[in-house]
Amino acid sequence: MDEALLRGLIPGVLTILVRRGADFAAAEDAVQDALVEAVRVWPVDPPQDPKGWLVTVAWRKFLDVVRADTARRRREDHFTEEPVTGPAVDDTLQLYFLCAHPSLTPASAVALTLRAVGGLTTRQIARAYLVPEATMAQRISRAKRTVAGVEGASARVRRGAGVEAPSGLGQPNTGAEAPSGRAGPGAGGRFDRPGGVATVLRVLYLVFNEGYSGDIDLAAEAVRLTRQLAAQVDHPEVAGLLALMLLHHARRAARTASDGSLVPLAEQDRGRWDTRSIAEGVGILQAALARDRLGEFQAQAAIAALHADAPTAEETDWVQIVEWYDELTRLTDSPVVRLNRAVAVGEADGPRAGLAALSALDDSLPRHTAVAAYLHERDGDLAKAARLYAEGAHQAPNLAERDHLTRRAARLNARGCR
Amino acid sequence: MAKYLLLKHYRGAPASVNCTPMDQWSPDEISAHVGYMNDFAARLEKTGEYVDSQALAPEGTWVRYDGEGRPPVTDGPFAETKDLIAGWMIIDVDSHERALQLAGELSAAPGADGEPIHEWLELRPFLGEHPTITE
Repeated sequence: MDEALLRGLIPGVLTILVRRGADFAAAEDAVQDALVEAVRVWPVDPPQDPKGWLVTVAWRKFLDVVRADTARRRREDHFTEEPVTGPAVDDTLQLYFLCAHPSLTPASAVALTLRAVGGLTTRQIARAYLVPEATMAQRISRAKRTVAGVEGASARVRRGAGVEAPSGLGQPNTGAEAPSGRAGPGAGGRFDRPGGVATVLRVLYLVFNEGYSGDIDLAAEAVRLTRQLAAQVDHPEVAGLLALMLLHHARRAARTASDGSLVPLAEQDRGRWDTRSIAEGVGILQAALARDRLGEFQAQAAIAALHADAPTAEETDWVQIVEWYDELTRLTDSPVVRLNRAVAVGEADGPRAGLAALSALDDSLPRHTAVAAYLHERDGDLAKAARLYAEGAHQAPNLAERDHLTRRAARLNARGCR
Repeated sequence: MAKYLLLKHYRGAPASVNCTPMDQWSPDEISAHVGYMNDFAARLEKTGEYVDSQALAPEGTWVRYDGEGRPPVTDGPFAETKDLIAGWMIIDVDSHERALQLAGELSAAPGADGEPIHEWLELRPFLGEHPTITE
């Protein structure tokens, strides 16, 4: 049995059940039951239409559960008569928005997205996040309950004509606007207050940045899901995030040495970059930029594209990168962006200019010390650089970075610059 | 999400505010204390924030490599000064603020007279392997 095929069908089946009126948690249980049956039956008796088969079986499972309520059953049996309709492509869109609902914490949103949209098992998600399966199961079921509560509230609001949405549900979405076109959230009517595109993208980027551990490569999973979303939502920031992920992902093999240590961008073996992925990312980005609706992810992707485009580190177009950082600062005003900008200024206009840009920033920012160390090293003040690298290592948020900075400090110290 | 270690000390931490030693509590007070910690863990499991917890024996042994072909040296001249870890809990939470909040709650476990112990807990973030991509 083709497990990938089966997994790809889950979100669509789930969406159909929810659209027919099943609440999210019950629909999910029913789909799981149907999958178990598929694993049992398909090897002997493969269906002609796997998705239709799953919908029929899952719906029957769902009805079995609600059978006690005869009035409801009559209503739901009526729906059973409906054929599976609509293009397959927008089936999962509502799920993306539901799973990224603003009422969920980021961790719950990520877990629910991987479960419902990605079709991963609870065990796989638990392994990827290094938590017990029981913990992850609770995280997911809580998220489902939260979402079910939201659905119920929206439904009640819809029934009461003219009643405003309760606070918390009717909040305007921050960030990018909702997608345009027929496939937008709310088109199905049921999830009329889902998270905005910006929230969905943030969840997907969180997944991407989790990297990988064990048997599930979350970065690849995030690329897959974002690709799927981009096929359904016509929005430049979705394209921007997809381009950004592809461009980052393309350099992954070169980013770490065989012993797991970090290799900085300037020292990476560019022959190990995935040129096909880079070309795809650049193409998607260019199409997005051409629409003249700039957003954070497109700007970040533009910077990544300029790095990917340089045949050698020396040939990097730092002047243009600084310009993109200026755009990003305008869009986000994030201190982290300003910190990265200081590095770029240091490359474009020399380390003194970089240090001047850095001096305007709060030195308690994460990685501030590491950046200062680098700029002082380039400026030739090796003793100060060594001291700052050691200090930066002490503050590093992860092992790879700590080891990297410790090595830098050690290398300078070994040259007798104390 | 980020993982944190909540470390309980037998010795090495500053004294608790409500510092009557456990062997001088009433049995009910001990049950209340243990029950509080179990409830705390169970609640974190439900919120999806629980990872692990373990208690440790107070007697530990210091061990050191002592050269090729020799048995490791055990214990040292440090017996009276070493910091003793009573146990730990590992949580996986959305923010440092949440970790602080939970550590505060755990420190409020009841002791003598049913009053909170106000025990000092050490809160240490885990270092992950993989950096987020920032280049």
